[in-house]
Amino acid sequence: MNAALVLEQTLNGLQYGVMLFLMAAGLTLVFGIMNLVNLAHGSLYMVGAYLATAFAHWTGSFFLGAVLALPATLLVGVGVEVIALRTLYERDHLDQVLATFGLILFFNELIAILWGRAAIYTSVPPLLGGHLRVLPGVPYPTYRAAIIVVGVAVAILLWVLVTRTRLGMLIRAGASNRTMVGALGVNIRLLDTLVFGLGAALAGLAGLIAGPIYSVQPGMGEEILIQVFVVIVIGGIGSIRGAVVGAVVVGMVDTLGRAFLKPVLSTVVSAPAADKAGPALASMLIYLLMAAVLFFRPEGLFPARGRS
Amino acid sequence: MARGRRALVLGVGGLALALVPPLAAALNQPFYVDLFRRMMIFALAAASLDLILGYGGMVSFGHAAYLGIGAYAVGIPAFHGVDNGFVQWGLAIVASGLAALVIGAISIRTSGVYFIMITLAFAQMLYYLGISLETYGGDNGMRLARRSLFGPVDLTNPAVFYYVVLVILVLCLVVGGHVVDSRFGMVIRAARSNEPRARAIGFSPFRYKLAAFTIAGSMGGLAGALLANQTEYLTPDFMHWTRSGEIMFMVILGGMGTLIGPVVGAIVLLLLEDVLSALTAHWQIVLGPILITVVLFARRGLHGLLAGARPRDG
Amino acid sequence: MAEPLLAIRGLRKRFGGLLATDQVDLNVVEGETYAIIGPNGAGKTTLIGQLAGELRPDAGAIRFAGRDVTRLDAPRRCRLGLARSFQITSIFPDFSALANVALAVQAHAGGSFRFWRPAAGERSLTEPARAVLDSVGLGGRADVLAANLAHGEQRQLEIAMALATKPRLLLLDEPVAGMGLDESQRMVRFLGTLKGHVTIVLVEHDMDAVFTLADRISVMVYGKIIATGTPREVRGNPDVRRAYLGEEVPSPC
Repeated sequence: MNAALVLEQTLNGLQYGVMLFLMAAGLTLVFGIMNLVNLAHGSLYMVGAYLATAFAHWTGSFFLGAVLALPATLLVGVGVEVIALRTLYERDHLDQVLATFGLILFFNELIAILWGRAAIYTSVPPLLGGHLRVLPGVPYPTYRAAIIVVGVAVAILLWVLVTRTRLGMLIRAGASNRTMVGALGVNIRLLDTLVFGLGAALAGLAGLIAGPIYSVQPGMGEEILIQVFVVIVIGGIGSIRGAVVGAVVVGMVDTLGRAFLKPVLSTVVSAPAADKAGPALASMLIYLLMAAVLFFRPEGLFPARGRS
Repeated sequence: MARGRRALVLGVGGLALALVPPLAAALNQPFYVDLFRRMMIFALAAASLDLILGYGGMVSFGHAAYLGIGAYAVGIPAFHGVDNGFVQWGLAIVASGLAALVIGAISIRTSGVYFIMITLAFAQMLYYLGISLETYGGDNGMRLARRSLFGPVDLTNPAVFYYVVLVILVLCLVVGGHVVDSRFGMVIRAARSNEPRARAIGFSPFRYKLAAFTIAGSMGGLAGALLANQTEYLTPDFMHWTRSGEIMFMVILGGMGTLIGPVVGAIVLLLLEDVLSALTAHWQIVLGPILITVVLFARRGLHGLLAGARPRDG
Repeated sequence: MAEPLLAIRGLRKRFGGLLATDQVDLNVVEGETYAIIGPNGAGKTTLIGQLAGELRPDAGAIRFAGRDVTRLDAPRRCRLGLARSFQITSIFPDFSALANVALAVQAHAGGSFRFWRPAAGERSLTEPARAVLDSVGLGGRADVLAANLAHGEQRQLEIAMALATKPRLLLLDEPVAGMGLDESQRMVRFLGTLKGHVTIVLVEHDMDAVFTLADRISVMVYGKIIATGTPREVRGNPDVRRAYLGEEVPSPC
């Protein structure tokens, strides 16, 4: 284990944290304002990845594909909100979980019909294909570095949107008192749709940048979704700040655990034992972390105010 | 459901299910013995979830974890040459109960959406643990060399195995029926109905909910032991979160808080899957919207539709 | 003088910038009916919440029946004999009236880790429950689903549940809130019959009820107790008149 490898894996952890954040932000906003547990958020991630891939093939350009896929995913999200989810806001969490579970089955199968069950691949655009020299002797893939830059930019934009704009003010007000915002004459339905669309676009963005580095296949959304749950449970549901912190922590712990748990263990126990226990423990690490956080803070690290 | 009516439904339903093997033999359709046995195994899993979901109000989205632990509690000893059924199934009950105790101790401290996400996450953790068990087949899983041995009771005989499952299901439903109406059951139902009130009259719901969670986990583990024998194969997929969602859907489809409802839900859902999958490989594209429709429009499940607007007893 | 049944010393609770309970000292003697009144937002419900164990005070101590209960949670305090009713009706709506009260009997009796016998068939639970229902005048409504009871009946059921835990002290948070004149008079008459049998701490806006029932009254304004005394002393207290006449008319509201 050397310093260059540690640096590279730390950057990988950060990059994965960025992806988790893009997903967590939408999920946590939707929960904060509409009080909706949306399992189908992962489906929007998958839709984003597939649309970007399809548009990229069609236009021959990754960037054009991305530019087309974002608003398309947003539209899919708005459609889902208007047709199916809107009626669920007043229902209990159990109904929401089951209905959005039904949506997942639908979307996964729809994608399988359109593109097949096998994974499809896209490649990193040539412009971002090379390596950056982070430090002398430490190359890092440009594409992954770009993801980090995009994620940080989105986080800043989101922060400005929520704290500095009228829409953001409504979002914050809606999270603390939904009825009051409605009573003040704000079109709460439109606000809901906007927020949901924003969340969908962020999930789509995560999906489309995931395309070239992870496999694009039906069900891809759920693998990341459950890790996103861990993120927002750790961060505190409804809190953007919690989503940022939770995403970085989970991304780091997961990535570094997978990379270094085995070699670290082998310094303590025998090599065959470390070989066996390392991967098992690494895959459980973020869940153990979640359990530990909840043991001390049952509401997560940054509990959102105004709801129990 | 009133006690007398539940006993009646259980008796009639049990008899009807007991007729399946002779009927299947008469019609020369042995496949139905297999299908109905599978239904009863999932009925047991769904009924165990109903104990905590319908009566305890705990929306556990990780119930498939216990199914998986129960299956591995059969498969791992079998892999090492221990075929005794009492050992295997006993281990299934104890191990899944212990897992439920630990998961419950952490998740019951929280509530609402946290509870849903945490139970889901823990089940997923066990799923990944299963994948990382290379010795036992990793993500491909492994074949069960032989079904559990119970002396003269030969589970390789399809009808014998069928009646074993039926007896276990009926026994568990009888026990479950007593539990939900007992003093203990009243506490968890009270906590579901109005937790602050339950606390204000002097109940500390935590330990009762945890006990219920553990009982449900054990029952789920027993269902898992049966399932491993049913499929003679076990994989981490038993614990996959979509499996948890399916079990939960069985409970809602049949009608939660009724114990019998989930049995009906399991039978109907598996029948539906069977019919749909014969029509198209893409049957889930039909199942998804059906699920949404049931949730949106038939909130009280088939039991609610059949029983009409009958109030719950208490 | 014997130690009071309930003794509160230096109690303080802050919500953000709002001091909801400000250095409250209070003694309730066994057997008396003690009313806490004050304008809306004075912090009465917050005080009840801290007494019942649902809110944890920032500072101060609560002693009940000779024990420091400041750190005990609500169920434990209830088992020690400190029962409460809620300002907003809180019952088990999907259980019958009888089952509601039987649950309270069961909570007090203990032994809830019993898994086999149906609780509804246990006479040791249902008979005391029936007796309490009779005593609050709900005897004829025992088998009605609590959700289907009239509002006034649900308020009576709340009190019945509190009584079924055999409390030494009953915390009543606005027991006649939302009741019609008839219902509220009946409730006041019933609470009058409890006088002497059980110690009562009463928070109420209905001044008729307060002056009929209370042996002593404390007046709370902005989290502070500004006066304590018999109903007559409180009526004559100039601070009280200012607090009330300045902000709110002392009429049934």
